[in-house]
Formats: sequence, C-alpha cells, structure tokens
Amino acid sequence: MDFVPFITAGFPNETLFKKILFMLEEEGAKMIEIGVPYSDPLADGPTIQRTSLRAIEQGITLSKIFDIIKEVRATGLTASLILFTYYNPLLQMGLEKATEQMMQGKLQGVLVPDLPFEESPLLKSALAPYHIPLISLITPTTPIHRRNMLAKQADGFVYIVSSLGVTGERSVFHQKISSLIHEVKEVASVPVVLGFGIKQRSQIEDMANVLDGYVIGSALLRRIEEVENQVASDNISLSIEEYEDRYVENVRQHVKEMQV
Amino acid sequence: MSKVEQRGFFGEFGGAYVPEQLQEVLTKLDQVFEQYKEDPVFIEELHYYFNDYVGRPSPLYYAERLSNQLGGAKIYLKREDLNHTGAHKINNVLGQALLAKRMGLKRIIAETGAGQHGVATATASAMFGLDCVIYMGEEDTKRQQLNVFRMEILGAKVIPVKRGKRTLKDAVDAALEDLIENYKDTFYLLGSAVGPHPYPTIVKHFQSVIGQEARRQIMDKENRLPDYLIAAVGGGSNAIGLFAPFYEDKEVKMIGVEPGGKGLSTGLHAAPLNDGEPSVIHGFRTYAMMKENGEPKETHSIAAGLDYPGVGPEHSFYKDTGRADYVAINDDEALEAFHRLSQLEGIIPALESSHAVAYAMKLAPILDKDKIIIINLSGRGDKDVQQVYNMNR
Repeated sequence: MDFVPFITAGFPNETLFKKILFMLEEEGAKMIEIGVPYSDPLADGPTIQRTSLRAIEQGITLSKIFDIIKEVRATGLTASLILFTYYNPLLQMGLEKATEQMMQGKLQGVLVPDLPFEESPLLKSALAPYHIPLISLITPTTPIHRRNMLAKQADGFVYIVSSLGVTGERSVFHQKISSLIHEVKEVASVPVVLGFGIKQRSQIEDMANVLDGYVIGSALLRRIEEVENQVASDNISLSIEEYEDRYVENVRQHVKEMQV
Repeated sequence: MSKVEQRGFFGEFGGAYVPEQLQEVLTKLDQVFEQYKEDPVFIEELHYYFNDYVGRPSPLYYAERLSNQLGGAKIYLKREDLNHTGAHKINNVLGQALLAKRMGLKRIIAETGAGQHGVATATASAMFGLDCVIYMGEEDTKRQQLNVFRMEILGAKVIPVKRGKRTLKDAVDAALEDLIENYKDTFYLLGSAVGPHPYPTIVKHFQSVIGQEARRQIMDKENRLPDYLIAAVGGGSNAIGLFAPFYEDKEVKMIGVEPGGKGLSTGLHAAPLNDGEPSVIHGFRTYAMMKENGEPKETHSIAAGLDYPGVGPEHSFYKDTGRADYVAINDDEALEAFHRLSQLEGIIPALESSHAVAYAMKLAPILDKDKIIIINLSGRGDKDVQQVYNMNR
C-alpha cells in the first residue's frame, strides 16, 4: 500500500514547494498529487482552501505550475505526478494547450473533481494523443450500476473517496468503505487508491492487503503550516538556506510518522 | 422538460459539474421534481400557498405617469414587490419547500448573500415547521445585521461562514458541504436560477408563475401580447420567470438588464453576458467573469442581489441564440430610476429592479405610443432605503 501525498502547488512558496516534492520522493512517495489552487472549489475542505488562497496570492497559476513541474522534472524528480485541478482553469487555458503542457511535464494522470463522467469526453479526447489517464472518483454514495461502470472504464487508477463530505482530516470513515474497496477491486483492472480524510497509515492498516495506495492531503498541509509557525517562533537567526533546510527536515519527520 | 433543454443543458450551457459525492443527491432531486411538477395535488397545494400566503396573482399595473412623462411606449409593472416578504424569491422558496416535504426531509439549508433569499427561506421554513439553517459569509453577516436578526426572529439558525473571502460563494461551498454530509435528512434550497442541474430548471419552473400571470393579465387589459419584456439579471431567476412563458412568442422581445456597476469599461461591474467568458462556475457551464489566470473576477454592483460573477445557464443560451438581448445599466442610472419611480408612481423599487426600470426609461421614449413594455418589478426597495440614505449623506 503506497503513500500518496497531496500538496497544493506553490505552497508554502515556490522554492519550498519544489524542495518538499524531492523530499517526498526520498521518503518513498512513488506518486504525488499536485493540487491546482482555485478560489471557487466545490470539494475542498478548509485546510486546502487556506493553502490555495495563499498560493494564489503569491501568483501561482496553472501555467506557472506547468513551468514548475517541467523544472523539477529537469532537475531529476521521477515520481509519478498527478494533477488535481478543477475544470475551469483547464477550460480557460484551453483543453488542447493544457493537455500538451501535461505531456511536456510528464504528468501521469489528471483528476478533475468537478468533471463528472458524463461531461468528460472533451477532456478525454484532448488527453488521448498523450495517453494521459483521467482518473475516476467513486464515493460511498455512488449507486452500484454507476460504480461498476466507472470502475470498468477506469484508466490509471481508481480514486475512492473514503468519507462523505469535502477533503479534510477525519477520525471516522464511512462504514461501507472496506466492502466498497473490495467490490471496486473486483471490477477494476487498475490500482485502487483511497483518499479524503486520512491522517496516517495506521488508520487504514486493516485495508493494506487490498488497497494499492492512500492519499494524505489536508493532514500534510496542516503539518507544513505547523512547521512554519514553529520554525518562525524558534527565533534563531538563520540564513535563507538554513531556514529552508530546517523547514523541510521538520516536515520530513512528520511525513515519516504519517507512514507508520 | 422544456423544449430548450436537453439533459440539464441549454445548448452548451448548464449541466452538473459537481464532485461525484453530489451526483446521487442531484439525481434524486431531479427525479422527485419530475415526478411532482405535473402532479395535480402538488400543483393545487402550491397554488393554495401562492394565493393565500404570498398574495398571488401579483397585479400588472399600468404606470401611467411614468409612461406619459417618458412620452413613448406604455409601461406595465409586474408587481412582484407586493408578494409576502417583498420580492419574487418566495415563489421558488415555497415550491422547493413543498418538494422537501414530499421527500420527507425535515431540515432546510440555504445560502444567502445580502440575506433576501435567507429571509424568504426562513419564512417558508417557519410556516411549514421545518428546521432551517442559513449559511452566510461572515463579512455579509456584518454588513446585513438586520437581515440576520430577521432570520433569527423567524426561527432560523444563521451560521457565519469564516472561510475563504467570507462572502456568498463561501456560503455556497459551506451549504454544499453540509448537503454532502447530511443529504439523508436535508434539502438544499437554492435561491436563484443557477447551480448544477436540476436547480436552474426547478427555479425556472417555480418562477414561471410570473410570466404565466403577466401573459394572462396583458391579454385581459390590452388583448394582445407585449412588445418588450424587461427584467434585471443577476443570477437571473426573476428574468427567466418572466421570459420563459413567452419563449415561443417570437414577436415578444426580451431584454435582460445586467448591473453595469461603475461602467463596463471600468471592469467594476457584474455583467458576465456583456463582458464574460464561457466558463464553469459553481457547478454549471455559463458565461462568467474571469481573470486571465482562470480565476473568477471580483464583482461590483450597487445592488447586492445582482452582485454575482456568473449568470443562470438558460440566459447564456438565450444570449447565444439571440432569443434575448442583454444590456447593462450603471449604478448611477439605477439610482436615478429608483428615485424617479418612487416620485412618479409612489412605488419604491428594489435597487435590483431599478436596473430594469432604468433601461425601460431609455427604451420607452424611442418607441411608438402603441408599443407595450412589461417590466418585472421583482422586489420592493424598503430594504435599500438605508443604503440610499447613507449614499446621499
């Protein structure tokens, strides 16, 4: 069961974001979700919204994100990168241009939470020439016939939403989750990943034999915020490099703990 | 389903661009709506409340002094301002509340910006004995303290939303989050002809009583259809309610009036049909005001009820097909119309409706005296008196 971190693009700032990506890869992340910050989200909880607003205020845009991704690829990041974005930023850039940029950034998939299967053909055909999969989401409330349809056609991997509601840390999961994962595994020919609300691996250890991966997003972002406050309050005079190293090393400790 | 609509789409606009967690809730709502909208018992109950609670039909009033002073077309006002709670909003609220009752849901949630939809929702919830929770951006709760108190008097719980920019769109997000988590006992009562399918269709259906009555009333008074329909467009519920029943009457011209704010050229407005891009916003595809980076733009209007970066999807369709024209009226022009109608007819219009009046004041003088204009006077201006007072000081 692989650790799949989610991080808002450009958070906490561009330099630290890039350093954290490399650190995540060192800590065993074979796949990383990169969230495109958007001011009008429908599925984000408070933590992701907060980090998104901050990234937007620093001038992070979709085209800027593609530049950053190309840069980290050029400097040696090999983990699979999945773009997590709302539909409108792609539409405003133009689907053709956006998918070409995804190819150039060697993205391994794109997940668009507000694009239902029924409205997805346009994006899918723009992605087709580059063989980039559009990831399907399945939730505990998805009816059986729809769930089977989504699981069968799934490309890349299936993303199961673990709890009702938006993203954010939770202590209780939907009671049907375990049986849902088994049922999806039977139908899908691609890996199955669980996300939304996971704080650390131990919460879902009992599903480790069926699940291929687990996404940790809000919890990671909140640890980064905590580290920032802590490093700032340490009140030691540091050079910029020392500050960044200390910052990333502190986040690294949290990332290690999450995988226990 | 109307002739213009296919699977929740009006041409390329509309649809349901929402997370998978919401798909099933919306599908269920669509099924229930389709089941009851033609049901005679449901219709009878809705009309009982329309007549005895709202005070429908609202009058179609010939604004004789205004018409004479402008010296052109005859102007009629569809008096939605005389409805209980003072605006057209209550029509849709009652319809959706009755759907909630049919679904056996005891808890109503709604978003509100300036508070008008929240007040209407709290009103219907009180009358039907339903629990009511209103989400309102914390900034808006400060600006509209009196409306918060009004909702509380009516027994609603107002939750200030403290995320994002703490305004309407954050209230929508909070309400959707509540819906996703509590859909088993909760009905989300959306206030305008926007949002994911089926909401624009439902809101149009319940607001169409405006146009249906206006059609009958003008036939009674003039024995012919009007030449022009004019209505203010923010989300667009009062306008679609007036327009839709005249859709097939090609000789009836329709004009939607968007808030031009400080002027279209300044960018400080809320007029996506005049200056916007096809986008996906708040779960549906429509014209919306976008920055170059794909983020929704900040909007501005003197009328809080029109201050919205998108517009109902059916209006985007009417625009692209040419069935309706969409014009813009600036803050100053709306304010002038607010005073003029008050002084000439003894009717204080809402600042939202004043935009429609202002455009009619431009159009009527260049039309012949045998032409007929119907303006949707969607709300009364009592709520705006304080704001206008503050601006005049």
